[in-house]
Amino acid sequence: MGKSKEILRGAEIFIRSLKDEGVKHLFGYPGGAVLHIYDELYKQTDIEHILVRHEQGAAHAADGYARATGKPGVVLVTSGPGVTNTVTGIATAYMDSIPLVVFSGQVPTKLIGNDAFQEVDAVGITRPCVKHNFLVKDVKELASTIKKAFYVAMSGRPGPVLVDIPKDVTADSCEYEYPETVDMRSYRPVVKGHPGQIRRAAELILSANKPMIYSGGGVILSEASEELIEFTRYLGYPITNTLMGLGGYPATDKQFIGMLGMHGTYEANMAMHHCDVLIAIGARFDDRVTGDLEKFCPYAKIIHIDVDPSSISKNVPVDIPIVGDVKHVLKDLNAILRDHKSKPDAAAIKPWWDQIKEWQGIDCLKYDRKSKIIKPQYVVEKLYELTKGDAYVTSDVGQHQMWAAQFYKFDKPRRWINSGGLGTMGFGLPAAMGVKKAFPDAIVACITGEASLVMCIQELSTCLQYGLPVKIINLNNRYMGMVRQWQEFFYAGRYSHSYMDALPDFVKLAESFGHVVMLVDKTSDVEGALKEALAMKDKLVLMDFITDQTENVYPMIASGKGQHEMHLSPERELA
Amino acid sequence: MRHILSLLLENEAGALSRVSGLFSARGFNIESLTVAPTEDPTISRMTLVTSGSDEIIEQITKHLNKLVDVIKVIDLSESKHIERELMLIKVHAKGTAREEIKRLNDIFRGRIIDVTDSTYTVEMTGTGDKLDAFIGSLDEKEILEVVRSGVSGISRGEKAI
Ligand SMILES: Cc1ncc(C[n+]2csc(CCOP(=O)(O)OP(=O)(O)O)c2C)c(N)n1
Repeated sequence: MGKSKEILRGAEIFIRSLKDEGVKHLFGYPGGAVLHIYDELYKQTDIEHILVRHEQGAAHAADGYARATGKPGVVLVTSGPGVTNTVTGIATAYMDSIPLVVFSGQVPTKLIGNDAFQEVDAVGITRPCVKHNFLVKDVKELASTIKKAFYVAMSGRPGPVLVDIPKDVTADSCEYEYPETVDMRSYRPVVKGHPGQIRRAAELILSANKPMIYSGGGVILSEASEELIEFTRYLGYPITNTLMGLGGYPATDKQFIGMLGMHGTYEANMAMHHCDVLIAIGARFDDRVTGDLEKFCPYAKIIHIDVDPSSISKNVPVDIPIVGDVKHVLKDLNAILRDHKSKPDAAAIKPWWDQIKEWQGIDCLKYDRKSKIIKPQYVVEKLYELTKGDAYVTSDVGQHQMWAAQFYKFDKPRRWINSGGLGTMGFGLPAAMGVKKAFPDAIVACITGEASLVMCIQELSTCLQYGLPVKIINLNNRYMGMVRQWQEFFYAGRYSHSYMDALPDFVKLAESFGHVVMLVDKTSDVEGALKEALAMKDKLVLMDFITDQTENVYPMIASGKGQHEMHLSPERELA
Repeated sequence: MRHILSLLLENEAGALSRVSGLFSARGFNIESLTVAPTEDPTISRMTLVTSGSDEIIEQITKHLNKLVDVIKVIDLSESKHIERELMLIKVHAKGTAREEIKRLNDIFRGRIIDVTDSTYTVEMTGTGDKLDAFIGSLDEKEILEVVRSGVSGISRGEKAI
């Protein structure tokens, strides 16, 4: 049928466009401005609408869906409060370059600017946290704008796009035709890297004595894992991943030396500090990675591959910039390396590996495995073992997030789903819900803290309605742990408002939402409880682990320190 | 260092706010900004005067290019170019001052475009420095109002954006 030119109403065009775009799931919440669209949704079955309980949940769920599948996450909300509720979710996706397409209803065009009921300047409010946004003023532009929105969200450096649709546009009619391609003269993202630069990079890479590969979320976004593995294995160089890049390179591989950054491993940060050639791939030199810029990688020549030119030399001056899609650039680079007359020289870098092994010997992630009080790290480790590293793990923000990143070894991309850039508490549960919708048969675990969990707890209700049996691992330390940790270290233990004085009874809470709950307060019960919960494939299980209140995340680079100035635990300070 | 950036962008509602929003969000300076449609009504041309180190100008250019509505960005200050600014200035013109202002206006090659018993309104184009010099040559107390367009720029020779 494809090109039949029927006359359709805007609301029908909306649905047809999504179908033609291949959208299967839509996370949303109705309201006045989108009622025509909801009426059309009612009449069809191709697109499943998941009714969230708060629009923030819709954005995070769509975001989780996008991170796990690589497809765009799609959101539909009403005007005014509907769209303002999504802003945190949109900003979360923006910071991590996640493709979302958010459709918001708007008051009728003739009322725009009139302070009409539930009017808000959605385009204005979201402008600083979207890749792009559109206001559709005429039904004739609806289909082509939707096409553009998906194209912009998915191409180049991905990101969220908002499309604001006034109610009258969904009522008006016109001929329907969904464009097959998009050509925007003002938007032509680069794909291929500059061949000359790639050749220069290859020379430098092969000349290194203390090489280091530092790869980030860009590898995952561009599906470049395979190319990265080929690159790294061929060279035999050590590799670290950022928080966003975990899973881009298999964590159990012997060349992987752990995550880097504020709570990264000692060996990864030391290797960063001492390397002579740094190969940054789809990573953006975030301040949580670099520490004090003055002290960052003082001995290294730096190669930086990134699709976004504005990420290059933003924080750290780069010697060889390569702008292009990471997958394409790595393909070209791999080919050049293979054909190169010099081969990687294992002997030349052996002293470097010896040094790294010495750093690894410090065992920086050591914790008290014998503790009777549940150590949060232990729970994550057990979850890792029981799921054989193959679960989708979402998280919130705080200590639990760092422990999840440190102790769950991700061997595959798109398995680790967290808000790295914005650091949004409340992300974990709705994101898990989105992942479970995409992969109903997979194990989806949300590792969270009791403070984060309650920020979007209402989504337990959505999980019940749509049968989304995620496993919630609540590492309950009765504190905003990460805040408490900083207050312990930097504010002489003045725990200002970081203590949760009136926590809900999570058992009753989850039961009231119709889910299964387990309260676990002994280390010896952890494994059994996890097994039991994982066996309940069709039940959402909230596991409330009562963990050690005083546990801190180590190692740690304090703000303003260099990567070589890490702290291990207080008992184990380095000389 | 001062730079004059010239941009082509989609002539769409919101394009200007994307540019100005970028500057405020990232803490870049804007000294002046002018924008109007080109011979192709779907495209606007913007001239933006900013200042900063080479690294900052590089970031500004990259971020402008990243905006989905921006078609092209060039840094006019990198090569030979012409810059002009339009000023409308209303001054008290009474007694001896009246003759003096007219004389100054001739020296600076302005045009008196509105006259009353007590005022002149002068139209003047030139570089920012020239307009500054004209203002400087007047008695501050005589100036009633000044309207400046901000800089427009174009490259010299056959080169076009
Ligand atoms: C929406 C939001 N508000 C505030 C913060 C600041 N913040 C970062 S971590 C944290 C505490 C998190 O506590 P919890 O979820 O219990 O996790 P824990 O650190 O105890 O593991 C806070 C308040 C944030 N990241 N997000």
